[in-house]
Amino acid sequence: MSQLALVIDLNVCVGCHACVTNCKEWNTSGSAGALSDDNPYSKDPTGTFFNRVQTYEVGTFPKTETVHFPKSCLHCEDPPCVPVCPTGASYKREEDGIVLVDYDKCIGCRYCSWACPYGAREIDEHQKVMKKCTLCVDRIYDENLPEAERKPACVLACPTSARLFGDVHDPDSEVSVAIREQGGYQLMPEWGTKPSNHYLPRRKNHVSYKKDELERVDNPLKKEDYQVDSTEPSLDDVTSW
Amino acid sequence: MQADQHRETDSTDHIEVKNTTCYMCACRCGIRVTLKNGEVRYIQGNPDHPLNKGVICAKGSSGIMKQYSPARLTKPMRRRKGAERGDNDFEEISWDEAFDMMAERLREIRATDPKKFALFTGRDQMQALTGLFAKQFGTPNYAAHGGFCSVNMAAGMIYTIGGSFWEFGGPDLERSKLFIMFGTAEDHHSNPLKMQLSEFKRNGGRFISINPIRSGYSAIADEWVPIKPGTDGALILAIINEIIQQGLYDRDFLIQYTNSAELVNTDQASNEEGLFVRQGEAKIDDSCVDAQNKLWWDRHANGVVKTHTEDADPYLLGDFQLDDGTPVKPAFQLLVDRVKDYTPEWASSITGISVETIKQLAHEMGITARDQKIELPIPWTDSWGKDHESVTGNPVSFHAMRGLAAHSNGFHSIRSLSILMTILGTIDRPGGFRHKAPFPRPIPPCAKTPKGSEGVQPNTPLAGMALGWPAEPNDLFVDDEGKPVRLDKGFSWEYPLSVHGLMHNAITNAWRGDPYKIDTLMIFMANMAWNSSMNTVSVRDMLKDKDENGDYKIPNIFVCDAFESEMVAFADLVLPDTTYLERHDVMSMLDRPISEYDGPVDSVRIPVLPPKGDSRPFQETIIELGSRLGLPAFVKEDGTRKFRDYPDFVVNYETEKGSGIGFLAGWRGKAGEKFMKGEPNPNQWEMYEKNNCVYQYHLPKSYQYMRNFNEGYLQWSRKHRLTRFAEPITIHVYSEVLQKFRLAAQGKLAGKQPPDHLRKRVETYFDPLPMYYVPLESQLTDTQKYPLNAVTQRPMAMYHSWDSQNAWLRQIHAHNYLHVNPVTAQANGISDDDWIWVESMHGKVRCQCRVSEAVEPGTVWTWNAIGKASGAWGLDKKANESQRGFLLNHLISEELPEHEDGDHISNSDPITGQAAWYDVRVRIYKTDDNEPAQTSPQFKTHKHTPGTPKRKPKWQAFFAGLGKFKGDNK
Amino acid sequence: MQPAFSVIFLTTLIGMGQGLFLAIYTRQVYSVLNVVEASSTGEFYSLGSALALCLLILGLIASIFHLGRPERAWRAASMWRTSWLSREVIVLPTVMGLVFLYGLVHFMGWNVVLMTFGSIPIDLSMIIGALTTLAVFSLYIATGMIYACLKFLQEWHSPLTVINYLLLGSVSGFTLATLLASYQQPELVSFFSGWSIVLLVLAFIFRGASLIRNKRLRPKSTVQTAIGVRHNQIKQKSMGFMGGAMNTRDFFHGKTKFFLKSIKLLFIIMVFIVPMAILILALFKPSFMVLVVACASMFIGLLAERWYFFAEGNHPQNIYYQAIA
Ligand SMILES: Nc1nc2c(c(=O)[nH]1)N[C@H]1C(S)=C(S)[C@@H](COP(=O)(O)OP(=O)(O)OC[C@H]3O[C@@H](n4cnc5c(=O)[nH]c(N)nc54)[C@H](O)[C@@H]3O)O[C@H]1N2
Ligand SMILES: Nc1nc2c(c(=O)[nH]1)N[C@H]1C(S)=C(S)[C@@H](COP(=O)(O)OP(=O)(O)OC[C@H]3O[C@@H](n4cnc5c(=O)[nH]c(N)nc54)[C@H](O)[C@@H]3O)O[C@H]1N2
Ligand code: SF4
Ligand code: SF4
Ligand code: SF4
Ligand code: SF4
Ligand code: SF4
Ligand SMILES: [Mo]
Repeated sequence: MSQLALVIDLNVCVGCHACVTNCKEWNTSGSAGALSDDNPYSKDPTGTFFNRVQTYEVGTFPKTETVHFPKSCLHCEDPPCVPVCPTGASYKREEDGIVLVDYDKCIGCRYCSWACPYGAREIDEHQKVMKKCTLCVDRIYDENLPEAERKPACVLACPTSARLFGDVHDPDSEVSVAIREQGGYQLMPEWGTKPSNHYLPRRKNHVSYKKDELERVDNPLKKEDYQVDSTEPSLDDVTSW
Repeated sequence: MQADQHRETDSTDHIEVKNTTCYMCACRCGIRVTLKNGEVRYIQGNPDHPLNKGVICAKGSSGIMKQYSPARLTKPMRRRKGAERGDNDFEEISWDEAFDMMAERLREIRATDPKKFALFTGRDQMQALTGLFAKQFGTPNYAAHGGFCSVNMAAGMIYTIGGSFWEFGGPDLERSKLFIMFGTAEDHHSNPLKMQLSEFKRNGGRFISINPIRSGYSAIADEWVPIKPGTDGALILAIINEIIQQGLYDRDFLIQYTNSAELVNTDQASNEEGLFVRQGEAKIDDSCVDAQNKLWWDRHANGVVKTHTEDADPYLLGDFQLDDGTPVKPAFQLLVDRVKDYTPEWASSITGISVETIKQLAHEMGITARDQKIELPIPWTDSWGKDHESVTGNPVSFHAMRGLAAHSNGFHSIRSLSILMTILGTIDRPGGFRHKAPFPRPIPPCAKTPKGSEGVQPNTPLAGMALGWPAEPNDLFVDDEGKPVRLDKGFSWEYPLSVHGLMHNAITNAWRGDPYKIDTLMIFMANMAWNSSMNTVSVRDMLKDKDENGDYKIPNIFVCDAFESEMVAFADLVLPDTTYLERHDVMSMLDRPISEYDGPVDSVRIPVLPPKGDSRPFQETIIELGSRLGLPAFVKEDGTRKFRDYPDFVVNYETEKGSGIGFLAGWRGKAGEKFMKGEPNPNQWEMYEKNNCVYQYHLPKSYQYMRNFNEGYLQWSRKHRLTRFAEPITIHVYSEVLQKFRLAAQGKLAGKQPPDHLRKRVETYFDPLPMYYVPLESQLTDTQKYPLNAVTQRPMAMYHSWDSQNAWLRQIHAHNYLHVNPVTAQANGISDDDWIWVESMHGKVRCQCRVSEAVEPGTVWTWNAIGKASGAWGLDKKANESQRGFLLNHLISEELPEHEDGDHISNSDPITGQAAWYDVRVRIYKTDDNEPAQTSPQFKTHKHTPGTPKRKPKWQAFFAGLGKFKGDNK
Repeated sequence: MQPAFSVIFLTTLIGMGQGLFLAIYTRQVYSVLNVVEASSTGEFYSLGSALALCLLILGLIASIFHLGRPERAWRAASMWRTSWLSREVIVLPTVMGLVFLYGLVHFMGWNVVLMTFGSIPIDLSMIIGALTTLAVFSLYIATGMIYACLKFLQEWHSPLTVINYLLLGSVSGFTLATLLASYQQPELVSFFSGWSIVLLVLAFIFRGASLIRNKRLRPKSTVQTAIGVRHNQIKQKSMGFMGGAMNTRDFFHGKTKFFLKSIKLLFIIMVFIVPMAILILALFKPSFMVLVVACASMFIGLLAERWYFFAEGNHPQNIYYQAIA
């Protein structure tokens, strides 16, 4: 059984928010749409977004790391948001593990959002139903799209390709390999929700060179033997014998 | 999944997919727009586009909300009779009336004194057309954003290596091993840079960011080197010093391809002091050719030889005497002498970076460049006829932008950086810096302005370009008394190499009538009443200031904009432009094309939607005006209109009759069989359309590197009319061009002379060698009182002031904070979210504080242009942008305080006139408890703009193809 | 969490309704078992049931306000296998129906004795009452479990949550029964007030225990586990949007610590201290008006208690929504 998921590479994410607005753009006119915006042109604009990019500062100056941290529904393997739903509107698909909401069944009781430790759900304040990342289920199987584009909108948009998409149950998939080889981890593992989305940590490239590498035979300075000012006095000028 | 309120696509829906080019910013990614029933359903990156290869950014993805923004201007408008500028009080008029108004004014100006018409354009991409219009009109008063943007980057590098970062070249991250980025937050090449950075990191490359702030790109740097603003020059010079001391420079490269080994006259008594000694005639005598008649001191002959003499081995160091007794030194020796005192210890005290870090940076660069050489099996021939079996490179690359450019010492910092890149041997080589066509260009490029006021004549095109590249004092655009001909004083002795003009001084100068009064100011796509003016509060006052007769000091202001910007409110006549989805556009080789490292690329926009309301592309306005005014380029011999419309113009316009050079390089010739040069092709647009709206040419591999001195490439470039000559473009480690200005200032060079009060200024800053000096504003500020540097950064999800009208983007940045290091905050008794005053010697701003560990303690910063004037941009008067957002520009002056150089000297680089945005010094303190929790200054709320919706939705939900937003009106 | 008034009213009202039923049924059991002297009248039972039913209905109405799509509320019954909310949705109407039946039987006097256990007659109302009691207990558990089952809401994830829903609901019902008795059958007052006092003491102990427990809780989730970066100095600088969202509105009370403390004090006084004093007084000198005060104090106190209960819940998602910039 497969489990589709996103793997987000914090090592290259520059916090550009492309995934945020592209998700909105794709989904507002898609099967999850329309995604409403309140106060769009006045005080405190707010709206339904499935994906947010946050920023954290780690450490103190000057040893500061700035971490950009995108987060959408993690499509938990054991999603606490599903069993609590009284209507069955929230469900996890057998075939690919995507956690979805059936907007026609949802009563907007918000209980599932209480049950999600990650704050990944968003109520649509006007349709009054719960929404969240669908893993672009309306793209990834769409045969009208060229194969290469059957990927979530956010993944296609991401300029740093910090967002990988694939089956985390398939050990050979790009995502599984990345998780394995680059230390992919899950968020809040303490709750046993087993998020399918994983994050790849920062990795640092250091250089090390040895002091003796500075000085070498082919040092071009050695070419410049003509270092002496010809007008400077020399022995020649002062001794006469 | 199906939401009950909406239908999914059904068979009756009309779906269309069209390609065009994004313009949510200047990066110009290829986009694919899906339309559903004529409404934009989805904008995605075009996977087949060479620039962005399918990716897109936050802005690009929000194009829908720009298209359907209620802030869109849809009607031509005239300031209501009796209404004041700035009130945004307009009445609708027809385009006919608008054209009559403009044509009447402009015809009269052109017939009397064309310089009384000034055309300034902002962050646009059509300088090819606007520049042509201005030149044809005959006014010298034309410039685009470059002067207030990053001209230091262009000038500093082009005057050194014949190409530059910005839109003209960049780091080869595909092959680089070490990448050092100075002062860049986002830049123009935003998507490609992001793509390359991640690939670079994944390939194990090491990324170092030198920036007072760690955000965005710097966040993913392997090492962050916080630096005090305005001090990079010191750092770079110390690195150069250390690299030379350790012998880590690329000697062969310096000798063969730069003027390092060329002998400079060091006779202080001579009028030729500081000039290269020359022997024999130059092959071509033209200021944009680096004549090859200079000398080396050959080791074998122990005497002079002509440069590039076969088998010669010149000294880089030493001092010598010519037979006639003239003392000479290789230019490199002069550089060594210069950087001798620029030690890491010295730089450390200025930059706040430790000595170890400075040395480590130098060693890392030098060792990586030396030990990780790249060799590509690509044979090529150099300009001196020598065949090379391979192309080699040193994989150390750099990038820099406004963090270096936007300081008054930026030219020299950037020249220093170019020299650093040069001594590491990384110019147009794999893993280093790479040019993009039409660069490299001669140092300096050939284009010149007229040389005096006689170049401006009634009813006559300007006798030269409005903007050019001075190669010597005689190229300045000054009148017989040495006074500026241009309104912005560009190319005058105050800012001799202001190659992009000084748009940031245009309004102040026009208002003051210094150098003269003008009649009509036309602004296209620039928000000069807000974020692109320094000293915004006063500039807004100048725009509406009146003389003793009660007439506006700037009599007419025409503004072409697409949105209800702050600038629009000050217009007498407003021309509503289309959006990027509604018009034809070209990213022309004559302006700033989207070329790749491996060859020229240009691109177009093709409308995917009809213009909204009565909006009209500015290009059409220009063509119409040009035709009505009878400007030669726009009319036939009999004076009748030559071009039907802009697309027709693009196809058929040639720079000269039969030149074969036009706006687009692709598919020229009758059947599209030619490129770069060729007769007009009536089907050119269709060909672009079929090809993702781009034309890309891949140079043969052997022409892709070392292009400054690659014979094959240079011939190719000349043949295709990118350049006039095919002579090598030797890198100017030592700048004779600058020295000529200095000699003039010293009275040693005949010809144009600076006015006496500027002699010292020119002598000081026109140093042929790279130098460091404290930014001018800091020199003139009491830095005890104003200890902090204040800078801005671009947020990745907003473009200047454009995007506050965008319902999605403004949710990400609705207002801004001043970011302060905790130590600094604490020292000032300030904590997170506190309301504070930020005060410079020019003004003060009230805003909120955000404590951050990611900023150097001597620096405070904010996102650029998030703050807005109340009621502008289609926003409610209570919108966060105006109530909690603020603009740093109020603290920055467009002119320096009076000092020995004069009293209205621009707050700019003394060489290039680059606006010194990031020089401002401030202090911060807590507001009183009884002050309102609102930013200051505040401005009178804009009145409602005709043609825009009166009521703004309380909520909205966009679903493409239903013909309307769902939503509620207040 | 951000306390939602609909849920506060729902839980307090039905809790009280359930408690009231338990009170009158307890009395009936006592009467049948003959452990008390004065037997209560059918009228008392039917009035009590009616009142309980009213409270349950009011609670149900309040709950409607919590739903985005009340017209689909019926769907909420479908997931009883996994969802405590669904179970509540099923049990609540069951309780209402049973309470109605119970009251009806008393009202109509259909107390036919069906069987006797020794000398103890078991009539129809006894059986319905027993079933109702079962349902009421289930409802308390379901309601409590809705909150207690959310394991990362550590303040709620405890048996104490269920016990407190049960005890506080019961005691509010018993106190209301005391009031009802003082109005209708004053001789029953001491019975109900006695029970109320016992329950109140228990409730005080358990509610107190949960306050103490919660005070000592250390959040299992930290910003380190939330973003998976190991460093003891991590601060959020931006949550990615500035004008707020459900995540900033629904999960945090937005009040000061002082406000929270005040509410805690308020509910301790109004739920426990004031009613306790009055109930003890009532043992000796029952007064309708004073008991009204006790009930009102308790109910208002419970609203505060419930508000506090929700506010006290620290949702780990809040770690992700700390700062705008
Ligand atoms: N999203 C987005 N993209 C844009 C734009 C936009 O508005 N939005 N604008 C476009 C335009 S017109 C331009 S010109 C480019 C500019 O692109 P950038 O050059 O990236 O412009 P800034 O955001 O001004 O970034 C300047 C950086 O320099 C740093 N800095 C300031 N002073 C110093 C200094 O003295 N030394 C060093 N080392 N660093 C310093 C600042 O911290 C900041 O990170 O971006 C273009 N791209
Ligand atoms: N404090 C501070 N100030 C700065 C900077 C900084 O870093 N700090 N950066 C400077 C730099 S580098 C630059 S380039 C300038 C940019 O400054 P401007 O060139 O003034 O740029 P924008 O704010 O983008 O404003 C351009 C205008 O173009 C309009 N516009 C947008 N799209 C269209 C269109 O399709 N057609 C027409 N006709 N109009 C359109 C917008 O509505 C807006 O009014 O700002 C400068 N100002
Ligand atoms: S992240 Fe939250 S909403 Fe998504 S599956 Fe997990 S618990 Fe459910
Ligand atoms: S809000 Fe909708 S999806 Fe969530 S628990 Fe309630 S019914 Fe289920
Ligand atoms: S997978 Fe689709 S729905 Fe989920 S965050 Fe990405 S774009 Fe949004
Ligand atoms: S699009 Fe990619 S780089 Fe940009 S914020 Fe999202 S994940 Fe990060
Ligand atoms: S980088 Fe600029 S051109 Fe490219 S998609 Fe973003 S906004 Fe459009
Ligand atoms: Mo710019």
